[in-house]
Amino acid sequence: MSDLSRRQMCLRISMLFNGLVGMLLGIPVVRYLFSPITRGQSAADNRWVSLGAVDQFPSGQTRLATYRNPAANLSDGETAEIPCWVRNVDGNNYQVFAINCAHLGCPVRWFPQSRLFMCPCHGGAYYEDGSRASGPPERGLFQYPFKVLEGKLQIQAGELPTPGASAANRDLINIRSQRPCA
Amino acid sequence: MRLIRTAATWLDERLQLGAPIRDTMEHPIPRDTASWFYVFGSAAMTVLAFQLVTGILLALVYVPSAAEAWNSLQILNHQITLGWFIRALHGWGSNFMLAIVLIHMVQVFLFGAYKFPRELTWILGIFLLLMTLGMAFTGQVLRFDQDAYWGLGIGASICSRVPIVGPVLVKLLLGGPIIAGATLSRFFALHVFVIPGLLITFVGLHVLLVLKLGINEWPMPGRLVRRSDYRQKYHALTHTEGVPFVPYGVWKDAVFSGVILLAIAACALYFGPFGPSGQPDPRVIQTAPRPDYFFLWLYAVLSLLPPQLETPALLIGPVIALIVLLALPFVSGEGEKSWKRRPIAVLTILLVAVSLGTFTNMADNTPWSPVMDASTAASIPSKLLSGRTPRQIQGALVFQEKQCHNCHALGGIGGQRGPALDAVAVRLTGDQLIRQVLQGGGNMPAYGKNLNPAETTALVAFLQTLHPAGAAQAKDASQPPGAQP
Repeated sequence: MSDLSRRQMCLRISMLFNGLVGMLLGIPVVRYLFSPITRGQSAADNRWVSLGAVDQFPSGQTRLATYRNPAANLSDGETAEIPCWVRNVDGNNYQVFAINCAHLGCPVRWFPQSRLFMCPCHGGAYYEDGSRASGPPERGLFQYPFKVLEGKLQIQAGELPTPGASAANRDLINIRSQRPCA
Repeated sequence: MRLIRTAATWLDERLQLGAPIRDTMEHPIPRDTASWFYVFGSAAMTVLAFQLVTGILLALVYVPSAAEAWNSLQILNHQITLGWFIRALHGWGSNFMLAIVLIHMVQVFLFGAYKFPRELTWILGIFLLLMTLGMAFTGQVLRFDQDAYWGLGIGASICSRVPIVGPVLVKLLLGGPIIAGATLSRFFALHVFVIPGLLITFVGLHVLLVLKLGINEWPMPGRLVRRSDYRQKYHALTHTEGVPFVPYGVWKDAVFSGVILLAIAACALYFGPFGPSGQPDPRVIQTAPRPDYFFLWLYAVLSLLPPQLETPALLIGPVIALIVLLALPFVSGEGEKSWKRRPIAVLTILLVAVSLGTFTNMADNTPWSPVMDASTAASIPSKLLSGRTPRQIQGALVFQEKQCHNCHALGGIGGQRGPALDAVAVRLTGDQLIRQVLQGGGNMPAYGKNLNPAETTALVAFLQTLHPAGAAQAKDASQPPGAQP
């Protein structure tokens, strides 16, 4: 009887020991799995990138621009080249819209004739200032913070804009009210 | 011959698998389950094995890198001998697998097979269905083309709507802050290692349960399931009246599996592989991303839900559906099995089938999306233009140039986002037309800032000519007859 309980004791100790080993190994595994969140938790995801010289964007017009994802690496291929819409409002003020529809992220197209952005997926439409015109989107287009530095238009980008407002997306929305001067 | 027998005996003395395999093959089944209605489960398993083989064959060439994946698909399609055929087999195999899994599920539901004591078999089946859908979605991403890229954006947008943890889920889904190389790598790991591993484990358990509990007997109307005596009755069906699975049941399974594999091969040969469509270059925005066939219904639902209902429906709907499916065997674990006496079960299946079919059909036509090139490509029927004044003709030009045609059809040509305008003058007076054009409303953008007064006047003059011959125009009842605009 005492022999049996000794064996059971040994079994329990061995299981406890393996549980501890499992936890020790599990912690780095979990941290590795969650690295997409912990890595660059904040503004590090969004960095300033150039869209090119400001004179590429004539006053009163809306044009397609592209930038290279600031966190791009070699295996990204073409997915590192991200488009966006630049609206030069009146020569001094700009609006830089994300290409992604605020509904489900499909690429919106600009139609200068009707002065609307339209989405091919579910028919979302936006006015030229990015505000919602019709369709399923619940809000206007996402906007990037921008500044003009040494004649170049720069935006703060790097994160996929999605309808659920992350910290970075909220910044994108807030920036409208504090539009910096050119 | 003797040598083979000696070798077999030598092996079996060590492995000792002969007896259990023989027992499994010869296990008794109820006589009437050796039926053509009982072939779908085994067919799903056959197609799974087929997918594993063709998947491994594709992995010999496919490069799971966002920079290379699309090119490696082109190499498979055009350079490797019969690479296109293996891609087509895997793609069609995926469609067949989903279809067979769904048919299997419907059959099991209508035959009451989820009832006591097979509740756990049903629950494992629900997880198998989810995994099969997961394989279909991740597989669509591995075909790394335009649809895959924007499809990921749709997935991320849906995930982001989860309260509180949404943005974190997006980063976990994408492997970073944006769709990039890391995204494809993790979908590759999911599609090739994680989900198949789970799928094989769960299929193993699912089949084990079928063997342990026995195949569901053919449901007879009036033969009710009761927890107290079901096992005895089933034992009588199998052990006194039953027949051995081999050869009674198995030959139909084998024939049907073979027919399915032939059908997959025929589709692959005739229709060829799926895509890839354009390169996954986000700069190419002249694209209308669409999900694969089995997710088209969802694509339609996402368009038709009112905006404020969309997030709740997306987040709560699947949870409710899952709870209903999981709770089913516990809520109705006893009683009638035959579909002939379960009208609600039959109606449920019909309702779901008709709904999914309708949504899928709508997604094929996408009536909610503007026709992007209607302003340049669509014509206005000549009978709507002949005999008009210059101003009305000018209005037709405004209609075309300002892209009204993208959303409004004339003579059946153009978009269907808004109502067709062939008889709009019967519905709206001149003043109402002006108001609608300038202010929008009812899901129409306002054009007030975008039209000058002359353009608006001309456009409305044209719209007022749009009424069927003989039909009276809309009148403003508050105005005297002579003062109508």
